[in-house]
Amino acid sequence: MVNFLIRRLLAAIALLIIVSMVTFAIFFLVPRLTGASSADLASRYVGKTAGPQAVHEVEIRLGLNRPLVIQYWNFVKGIVVGAHYNFGPSKVYCGPPCFGYSFVNQTPVWPDLLDRMPVTLSLAGGAAVIWLVFGVTTGVISALKRGSVVDRASMGIALAGVSLPIFFTGLLSLAIFRDNLQWFPGAGTYIGLTQNPLTWASNLVLPWVTLAFLQAALYARLTRAGMLETMGEDYIRTARAKGLPERTVIVRHALRATLTPVLTIFGIDLGTLLGGAVLTEGTFSLPGLGKFAIDSINNNDLPRVLGVVMIGAFFIVLANLVVDVLYAVIDPRVRLS
Amino acid sequence: MSREAGDTVTTPDTTATADPRSAGGQGEVLLEVSGLRKHFPVTRGAIIKRQVGAVKAVDGVDFSVRSGQTLGLVGESGCGKTTTGRMITRLLEPTDGRIVFQGRDITHVSQGTMRPLRRDIQMIFQDPYSSLNPRKTVGSIVGAPFRLQNVETESGVKKAVQDLLDVVGLNPEHYNRYPHEFSGGQRQRIGIARTLALRPKLIVADEPVSALDVSIQAQVVNLLEDLQDEFGLTYVVIAHDLSVVRHISDRVGVMYLGKMVELSDAADLYKNPMHPYTVALLSAVPVPDPSIRSARERIRLQGDVPSPLNPPPACPFHTRCWKAQDVCGTVEPPMVELAPGHQVACHFPENAPADAEQQVAKAAGRA
Amino acid sequence: MTEQDAITVQAPRAFLEVRDLRIHFPTDDGLVKSVDGLSFSLERGRTLGIVGESGSGKSVTSLGLLGLHNRKNAKVSGEIWLDGQEIVGSSPEQVRRLRGRKMSMIFQDPLSSMHPFYTIGAQIIEAYRIHNDVSKQVARKHAIDMLDRVGIPQPDKRVDDYPHQFSGGMRQRAMIAMSLSCDPELLIADEPTTALDVTVQAQILDLIRDLQKEFNSAVIIITHDLGVVAELSDDILVMYGGRCVEYGEVEELFHAPEHPYTWGLLGSMPRLDRDRSDRLMPIKGSPPSLINVPEGCAFSPRCAFAELNEGRSETERPELREIGPGHRVACHLDRADRRRLWDEEIRPKL
Repeated sequence: MVNFLIRRLLAAIALLIIVSMVTFAIFFLVPRLTGASSADLASRYVGKTAGPQAVHEVEIRLGLNRPLVIQYWNFVKGIVVGAHYNFGPSKVYCGPPCFGYSFVNQTPVWPDLLDRMPVTLSLAGGAAVIWLVFGVTTGVISALKRGSVVDRASMGIALAGVSLPIFFTGLLSLAIFRDNLQWFPGAGTYIGLTQNPLTWASNLVLPWVTLAFLQAALYARLTRAGMLETMGEDYIRTARAKGLPERTVIVRHALRATLTPVLTIFGIDLGTLLGGAVLTEGTFSLPGLGKFAIDSINNNDLPRVLGVVMIGAFFIVLANLVVDVLYAVIDPRVRLS
Repeated sequence: MSREAGDTVTTPDTTATADPRSAGGQGEVLLEVSGLRKHFPVTRGAIIKRQVGAVKAVDGVDFSVRSGQTLGLVGESGCGKTTTGRMITRLLEPTDGRIVFQGRDITHVSQGTMRPLRRDIQMIFQDPYSSLNPRKTVGSIVGAPFRLQNVETESGVKKAVQDLLDVVGLNPEHYNRYPHEFSGGQRQRIGIARTLALRPKLIVADEPVSALDVSIQAQVVNLLEDLQDEFGLTYVVIAHDLSVVRHISDRVGVMYLGKMVELSDAADLYKNPMHPYTVALLSAVPVPDPSIRSARERIRLQGDVPSPLNPPPACPFHTRCWKAQDVCGTVEPPMVELAPGHQVACHFPENAPADAEQQVAKAAGRA
Repeated sequence: MTEQDAITVQAPRAFLEVRDLRIHFPTDDGLVKSVDGLSFSLERGRTLGIVGESGSGKSVTSLGLLGLHNRKNAKVSGEIWLDGQEIVGSSPEQVRRLRGRKMSMIFQDPLSSMHPFYTIGAQIIEAYRIHNDVSKQVARKHAIDMLDRVGIPQPDKRVDDYPHQFSGGMRQRAMIAMSLSCDPELLIADEPTTALDVTVQAQILDLIRDLQKEFNSAVIIITHDLGVVAELSDDILVMYGGRCVEYGEVEELFHAPEHPYTWGLLGSMPRLDRDRSDRLMPIKGSPPSLINVPEGCAFSPRCAFAELNEGRSETERPELREIGPGHRVACHLDRADRRRLWDEEIRPKL
């Protein structure tokens, strides 16, 4: 078990390093390969109007003229121990984790990321609870009532949920529940949880439901399929042959086996969303990491893009790690092999 | 690992597999296997995997098969019979030992060199459901070997396939049907037809009938026998069912924990089993005759087969053997021919000549 | 069951009595008649072997006895009387209370038949505590006793192991311990040794035999292996196409079988207790699809002697008739013909 944990942890770290290399390469190596000089990069930082002298200064300050390996090393070093920057007369220390300074407004990236995180966390966390409860319940009921009206209806709705894009359902819900019915007038603006929990929740209801609808539909289908498979297992037959009440058979024997693979996918989904629920945040103009990523890409703001990608990767890797460990706790075959 | 294992290959002269008597006479030796080993490494460690041991799936097996004959390999799960079959067909790379086919060493020939050999050595699998591609027609399945080997047939592949279907007792008009349209027994026939396509010399059949119903088993067993007569085929049949093996084999090898413990002409083996394990195996087979069930002498082995990861030293069977003495745990019994064509690896064999124990002791070098 | 039928129902005399059991499954392709009119009885302390090939309905029967078929997709009719209580007409809840306590089952593959996430002990304790109001400690003690009884070494340690940590034979022993934990009076073993090696099979068969003596329960053993039934059974029921084709005491059935299908089964298997035969005598063709069971005698398309009946086999379904004490056969052949065929054509070739 300890071996297993160590192996997983090391694999997670290795994965993060690879992700950082690949991202770094995409943003800094690829432009070079396609012919852009370090001055071109630097000119993005200071803007097109600056003279060559200014561009050159920036080039040196940010180290853009140095070999890529060194640049990568400094990038990683910044994340781990922080970095010192020379901004003309003033020297600036950027504490760990340092993702550098925004090209666009010269602010450090990390505090900006931190600012956005609660929004994405609120959105993804709330939606996750909703979709997990509704998706799994619907899936289980559908499987147990296979072929019934309930099953067909929920699977029909689930199919719609899977097929309809978020920007469609999101805008539709805004039009109806915010603009027309005026139920959630604040939808689309974020108020912090600590500021006013009620407003926080009511403002987030529409994005939660929109995001959860899509995910719940996926989970309902997944759970239904898993449940149907489990109910056909030999050990379910054994449980019944022992004389267990059907409820116990389902809850103690079937559900536990069905939910194990669902848990894996849930972990990965949640991890992915924590790195930014791009479409949902975009649709509801929520200032989360996803919106941050989109804006940074539109602005060619490389340090910010790098930062948000690294954070996203971190959440996914973390979620995977947690899932692996949970899996070992649930399934003795994993734990003891 | 392999070198270390190789050092222990000291087969006494008495067990020379080329001895014409020991293979029962007729036909030249088609396949000869000596010192065959397959060890699967077992690794452990969080970061750096180090080998902590090996599963000795097959650990020094010798036998030969004469042309036109059938060798049966029996044993319980984990005895290495399937691994042996896969090494003969070169689906697995042997760790050590030699496989000689038609006088040619094929132990380590490359895939490319093996290709023409695949025409001569074919395999029949256990599960007729998973070994046929469900999206291909029977014609295309059975005809595949022709295409893969670029074999020209006189009157076209289709005709050749239909002839094959006829030979294995299927309707040649079912050429365009899919596997799911056939029953288990018919699917096994399709598999056999595919195997026969290139007129192989040696067929390794791994549990060819164990997935089939009793009445169908008999059909397939009879078919295999007919085909052997018709095409002069040589079989290595791997099975756990001792009755089936007796029925189709000329010679039978009994395996236990990766080792051959007894090798004999079939009739003699079943009449005078010498190795205690063989005796126990035969005694465990339920007999379809209720009148002798109380009269039968039963030998019941205790417990399960030990793990091949950590097999008992010397004689692998001594931990479960009722005849075992101290020597069985310290000196590995060599294969000794105690009756014409009947070899056994045991210090204290049953049904053996009076001087058997002395013979074994001499062969083991502990006079 | 109509009211009129209910009046004519007679109280059963045997411990287990099955009358005209039918288990049909409506499917898109048609009605699958897995069991189609099966009757037999069994006393405590005796063993019935049910023999048949895949699709003969033998496993469906065993699940039917335990009331395990989902009433939504299986149509079950007929009567199953277990110790005076009728099962087919009882509510699911009533049948559930009998399962595991009064009747229990051992399955073919002990690995897939046990829940991979729970320890062996937990699964036995669960089986015991549904039917017995005892504390966990008492149930655990009982589980350890049961494991000991079925020959598992160090039961107080192994009780906390998971199924995958057991060997195949040990798992089947644990499965048996679980089935016997509530001291059932009827034990159904569905291919209990098919997945096991032959030496382990012998151990398990011995164990079932010994435990039956100890518990004096009625045992039904379902298998395709005539050797296994010959070892264990007092009576044998041969099933084909969802029906009983021959029923009789084990000696009678092996030494004077009268149904051509039974002959075929005997001729199909190579035997270690005889000299090696030159050729096996297989049954031609394959088992029937249960959707299109042939009209008349289900076995007729594969029967080597069907033509002796001048077409009756194809049109008329043979009744199961008593031909001797406890020996019943469903075959159109003339009794004298059957005896002659067995004595002259079949037995000498076995």
